[in-house]
Amino acid sequence: MAKEVTELKKGGSFLIEETAKEDVFTPEDLSEEQKMIREMTEQFVEDEVVPQQEQIENKQWDVTRNLLRRCGELGLLGIEVPEEYGGENLDKISSMIVSEKLGRVASFAVTYGGHSGIGTLPIVYFGAEEHKRKYLPLLCKAEKISAYALSEASSGSDALSAKTTAVRSADGSHWILNGEKMWITNAAFADMFVTFAQATQGDQKQFSCFIVEKDYPGVSTGAEEHKMGLKGSSTRTLVLDNARIPIDNVLGEIGKGHHVAFNILNMGRAKLAAGAVGGSKTALNASIAYAKQRVAFGKPISSFGAIKQKLAEMAVRTWITEGMVYRTAGLMDRRLESVDVKDPKQVLKAIEEYAVECSILKVFASEVLDFVVDEAVQIHGGFGYSAEYPVERYYRDSRVNRIFEGTNEINRLLIPGMLLKRASSGQLPLHAAVRSVMDEVMSAGIGNEPSGPFARERSGVKQAQKALLLVAGSAIQRFRDSIRDEQEVLMHISNMVMDVYAMDTAVCRLMKNSGELHADVVSTFMNDAIADIKFSGRQVLAATGDGDTLRIQLSALRRLLRWTPVNTVGARRRIAEHLIDHGVYAL
Amino acid sequence: MKIISCIKPVPDPASRLIINESKTWIKDNDLTFVASEADNYALEEALRLKEKHQGDVAILSMGGDEAARVLRSGLAMGADRAIHLLDPKFKGADEFAAAETLAKAIEKDGGADLVLAGVQSDDLGTGMTGVMLAEFLGYAHATVVIGVEADPAAKTLKVKRELEGGINETVELPFPAVLTIQFGINQPRYASLKGIMAAKKKELKAWSAADLGLSDNLVGKPGAMYEVKEVFVPERKSRVEIITGTAEEAAAKLVEKLRKEAKVI
Repeated sequence: MAKEVTELKKGGSFLIEETAKEDVFTPEDLSEEQKMIREMTEQFVEDEVVPQQEQIENKQWDVTRNLLRRCGELGLLGIEVPEEYGGENLDKISSMIVSEKLGRVASFAVTYGGHSGIGTLPIVYFGAEEHKRKYLPLLCKAEKISAYALSEASSGSDALSAKTTAVRSADGSHWILNGEKMWITNAAFADMFVTFAQATQGDQKQFSCFIVEKDYPGVSTGAEEHKMGLKGSSTRTLVLDNARIPIDNVLGEIGKGHHVAFNILNMGRAKLAAGAVGGSKTALNASIAYAKQRVAFGKPISSFGAIKQKLAEMAVRTWITEGMVYRTAGLMDRRLESVDVKDPKQVLKAIEEYAVECSILKVFASEVLDFVVDEAVQIHGGFGYSAEYPVERYYRDSRVNRIFEGTNEINRLLIPGMLLKRASSGQLPLHAAVRSVMDEVMSAGIGNEPSGPFARERSGVKQAQKALLLVAGSAIQRFRDSIRDEQEVLMHISNMVMDVYAMDTAVCRLMKNSGELHADVVSTFMNDAIADIKFSGRQVLAATGDGDTLRIQLSALRRLLRWTPVNTVGARRRIAEHLIDHGVYAL
Repeated sequence: MKIISCIKPVPDPASRLIINESKTWIKDNDLTFVASEADNYALEEALRLKEKHQGDVAILSMGGDEAARVLRSGLAMGADRAIHLLDPKFKGADEFAAAETLAKAIEKDGGADLVLAGVQSDDLGTGMTGVMLAEFLGYAHATVVIGVEADPAAKTLKVKRELEGGINETVELPFPAVLTIQFGINQPRYASLKGIMAAKKKELKAWSAADLGLSDNLVGKPGAMYEVKEVFVPERKSRVEIITGTAEEAAAKLVEKLRKEAKVI
């Protein structure tokens, strides 16, 4: 990557600046090593995981555990673990590559993430030296399997209101935990649980994190949940009945459990998105293959426009998401280059800089995956509804991505929330940008248009940024601090933010690796994204103003989002024909 | 024990192959190249022998970027060092020219106790290069090898070969030797993440025709013994014939036809 570009991009800056294409890492920029990691993971999945998928789905946990051990041998469990504790400490782009490739086998990917991500990283970032020495080398080899226990029956999105208690034993040697944690991935075969509970002293409750080993007295798991999908990943409750946890097993500090809980979510969300990209490609590949061989009215259904339109749109959205995932990982890696990787605080801070982008990825990618698997079933017709074809599983497995790692609603609320926080703490000059757009549109001008190559696309991004700032500014003016209670408005604003990030990324990727087909992909996406931005903008403006103000703002929005439609029918046909010709997603 | 394992880069088997304009080969400029499958078995065997007996495993490949790519993968799998035979003059070599070039490289590297190669390549599949290489080097050789036992102290090899009709044989060879390794002799390992990261730091040297002291008429197309006249997709022919008569009559006619016309029974 171009190290001459010294300025590190601030999180959220894509909303207020014109992005230079050099600042966007694209999947076409992978290094030789990253490509080898991609091939190795792909081969491992193809040769070892896919052939055992039926056993995995049938909950043969020994198969799953063995595969985790194989991951350990290949080094896939320690990507984010420092070398001195048995890991590889690789870049975040490599981490995304592995998550993407594992996305093909959703159940196993969730097992993998539960162990190597949320099960291991709290120890990497918050563990005391003894914790790291004791657990990390074993976790990297899957000699111990870990799990993460945060949710409870009555607390999910509001995890901090957990009811599980931790009280010090009379002799002070142990914490006594009581309660039941829910939705614990890997619970059936985990050896340890990163567990959250309220350290309780009298009336005082302090949210805290503990390492709970399965063999401690009073620790057990409940029955397997009967889930809609991901049937090959274990999900149970963790039952803590006077569980005795050694006093040294506090992860981080008492009362600082929320640091552990929230800080590992950013990478978790980004990796979820990478997995969703892998899942989308898998479902798309199955659909292309099916559409080519299924004959109706004497022709393969891939020759019909109705099917081509679907295949193309699945590919477009997948390509767009893929770009966003690798851009974000690239941003993190650039920032991590300038910090001391041995200092977990600095590492977490560098990742947290892009918390907005991580939430965007999570929501965007999980919804793209849901769209893609839905169309995949549709293309398969009746066979798609039958368990004989894998798309039936893809459809079921996809759904939970919109729920876990922070529901899409929570993340949609977080996006503007975090942006506003960054604005008021001076990390992002959002208010100045809003003022300047407000002034500009009120004076009826629309500013300087970009010129040169890709002027139309760049101008589309710029105008969409302005439209967002206009709409957000109007909402902030109207609601001031109480905007956080206006969830519907915030969700619309979030949709606009996501589309701006998507378009900005896509245009930079196109500028870096221009090709006719990619130009079709980008213009098709922008065509619809700008319409969506207009739709959300109008909803917000109508909720924030009326009369003349509303009229003026609506007309400004219309002016900003003027966009001559492109021939998406032709573009989608060309994209589909390319897919059909290659037989797989090959954009 | 010093082992050199030869790797041929071939188009990824998942590629779509299109014949070039002059119909002499496929269009290979946009293709992804990987190590020919049998060569992976050979490298895995080399790595196992090294793990058992210690020593040095070098990998050797000829070609442009595609060769560099398969060499890096081989280093990531665990080879100690790599030699890249890189020269535009090498292009167009047949088995004979390739074998002579490889032999010169092995000699320049100081020879080897054992040279391994896949039994045949995924693209041409003639299975000749390994044998010719042995001849150029003046080494003993065995082909279609399905088991290798080395005795570095005695400098001998006991090798199991696969013959036709489900029969195997065991042969003994002295060092130095060339073995062509049969598919399925082992389970080739994947490059681990550690291996991939370590590959960057390993030696990868490039030698040209001049470095090997080979004159232009011995390498590449001029050094080849044959020329490909035309590459084509075989014509698909299908013929349907309905045999009439009673079941017994039809069966008799069918047997007759299968025996005399189709010559399959």
